[in-house]
Amino acid sequence: MSARIRKRPERLLAQPAIIMLLVWMIVPLAMTLYFSTQYYNLLYPGKSAFVGLENFAYFFTYPSFWTSILNTIILVGSVLVVTVVGGVLISVLVDETFPGQGIVRMLLISPFFIMPTVAALVWKNLLMNPVSGFLAWLWKLFGATPVNWFADWPLFSVITVVSWEWLPFAILIFVTALQSLDREQMEAARMDGARGFAIFRYLTLPHLARPIAVVVMVEAIFLLNIFAEIFVTTNGGPGDATTNVPYLVYTQALLEFDVGAASAGGLVAVVLANIMAVFLIRLIGKSLTEKT
Amino acid sequence: MSDYRNGLGKGVVSVLFATLLGTAGVAYADTTLTIGTVNNADMVRMQALSSEYEKTHPGVHLNWVVLEENTLRQRLTTDIATHGGQFDVITIGAYEAPLWGAQKWLKPLDNLPADYDINDIFKNVREQLTVDNHLYALPFYAEASITYFRTDLFAKANLTMPAEPTWDQIRGFAQKLHDPDHGVYGICLRGKAGWGENMALLGTVVNSFGGRWFDEQWHPQIDTPEWHKAVNFYVDLLKHYGPPGPSDNGFNENLALFASGKCAMWVDASVGGGTVTDPKESKVVGNVGFARSPHEVTDRGSSWLWVWSLAIPDSTKQPDAAREFILWATSKPYLKMVAEKYGAQATPPGTRESTYANAGYIGAAPFAQVTYDSLKAVDPSHPTLKPVPYKGIQIVSIPEFQAVATLVGREIAGALAGRGNVDKLLHTADAAVSRTMKRAGYYDQKPVISKEPPK
Repeated sequence: MSARIRKRPERLLAQPAIIMLLVWMIVPLAMTLYFSTQYYNLLYPGKSAFVGLENFAYFFTYPSFWTSILNTIILVGSVLVVTVVGGVLISVLVDETFPGQGIVRMLLISPFFIMPTVAALVWKNLLMNPVSGFLAWLWKLFGATPVNWFADWPLFSVITVVSWEWLPFAILIFVTALQSLDREQMEAARMDGARGFAIFRYLTLPHLARPIAVVVMVEAIFLLNIFAEIFVTTNGGPGDATTNVPYLVYTQALLEFDVGAASAGGLVAVVLANIMAVFLIRLIGKSLTEKT
Repeated sequence: MSDYRNGLGKGVVSVLFATLLGTAGVAYADTTLTIGTVNNADMVRMQALSSEYEKTHPGVHLNWVVLEENTLRQRLTTDIATHGGQFDVITIGAYEAPLWGAQKWLKPLDNLPADYDINDIFKNVREQLTVDNHLYALPFYAEASITYFRTDLFAKANLTMPAEPTWDQIRGFAQKLHDPDHGVYGICLRGKAGWGENMALLGTVVNSFGGRWFDEQWHPQIDTPEWHKAVNFYVDLLKHYGPPGPSDNGFNENLALFASGKCAMWVDASVGGGTVTDPKESKVVGNVGFARSPHEVTDRGSSWLWVWSLAIPDSTKQPDAAREFILWATSKPYLKMVAEKYGAQATPPGTRESTYANAGYIGAAPFAQVTYDSLKAVDPSHPTLKPVPYKGIQIVSIPEFQAVATLVGREIAGALAGRGNVDKLLHTADAAVSRTMKRAGYYDQKPVISKEPPK
């Protein structure tokens, strides 16, 4: 009883912060909810009307809707696979001491600090440009016809750019995790006659299970919202080849000025992200809390 | 950003101050006008000349927000629709002016001074900016679409470009002149998705093949033989005789290609003439010919009309100073000043009869006569072979048009990049457009939005 009384002023003191956070979250969400039930075209502000769930029906039956869902899944999935597999392999490689290790690690991690728009521009104009890009030059060196990456392989190209940005994050986490791997255990395994692959399979990988879970979770949350790279490189095209859900919402809001449908789309994106989050937390969170 | 806030603050203070004193003249003392405009060559020249304006209008400062066309359109639309009041002068096109004027989002520009000589401005151009007999914007420059071609290549291949070619003839020329091994492509056309990019050109192609966007009851006419024929023709033409990756090319990309001698022909805005005849920017000076935009079964709507104009948003705090600036930037003395500073061919084209009555301009700008003839021939009130409920040639004067044409443009750019089949996508697009129109209430008994076409 007395403990509860003592806690009351502390609770009161915490209230402003909690209320701030709630307002921060609830006001935009409530506004989005409200707009998603309105016919609201920015060019027709006077003609807004309540339309119920029509905006959702409209969003779900938009010609590019299913493509955008599929593109989102492919984009998130591919980048996750590339960064986790590539990240594990590279971090195991640079875990052994060799001259210049510090510099190599630094270089491996640095792409993470480049702004997405800048990274996308560099890839688009300096590397993948079919006329003046580095890859085009490389192709010509070997007598091949340069590839017009963003027109012929749009989704693959976007995946490449995004993977390049997120690989360093995975490496950063895995390298730190590997440093906590018990060296004595490794020595013992070697004395028992375990070779490189067996050590990797039965010692390193199990040790990395938790960091992998963390990387997958954090990246999935950010990758669902990829926008800048697509906006800068392909503008969602050609056609709708690289349109993901956030880009589709942008199309509705700022190219078609249809605030109602865009709000509905935003809510759909939120629900999708939540489904994914719940799914991931159930699946991976369990392995985080379990005692190994 | 902070600059502009400062500026707005200053402006507000000065207006308040003026109100206190009760004299309109003081309102100009230390006024900052925020001007939103496009990064096209003619507007950049206007920005460069702002010191001239500030010299003759002491106390007035011009704060420029110069953006790429699509970005500017997004900023202006969101600002004006929410009455944000960020801008004192805005640059808008032939699509926005009548719609925004009808919404009363713009200040009407009535009672213009006599020396402005409003009747000198092309009637066609004025009509695009007029709603209910009020002018809502003043034209900065106007353009039609014309055919550019390389006279040296045509002479070498023994070909003659007619003054008014058809698309079939253009295709024949493209076939003969296409020589990618020597870096020359038969024809360059817009392929970049967007209602102001590929759909502007394609709109005129569809019109000349006898198609239309909507019938008299606002039902989309995209899944019709005319559209199928026109779009297949366009995709086929670019695939066989166009530059690689045509779906990336908009006006600026094609201008660069043509100016560097990579295209034998190019159908686009007449305003490109200033660049392709400028020795500093073009490798093909002296080898460029100009013809009317191609037609096919009809010449109705085969050349587009676009007007970049200056307007005053209703939310501005300093309408008088803004009006003064707009009158300056679209006046005869301004055109004369540009000609003196940058050469006669750089005069903002397509707005005034007096420009084309000037022998100096006609002599210096070989594209002037074709531009003049095209602009005079354009009739936005009768854009198509079959009757339509809308005005505008490559545009449809309804707010839904942006959504509709963005969608169709995206699908066609996809087809151009080899994704999807033209006939199938036109069918999908037609259904999608129909849905958008239904949603906006065009087919209701009691429409959410008036079915009447804007006057």
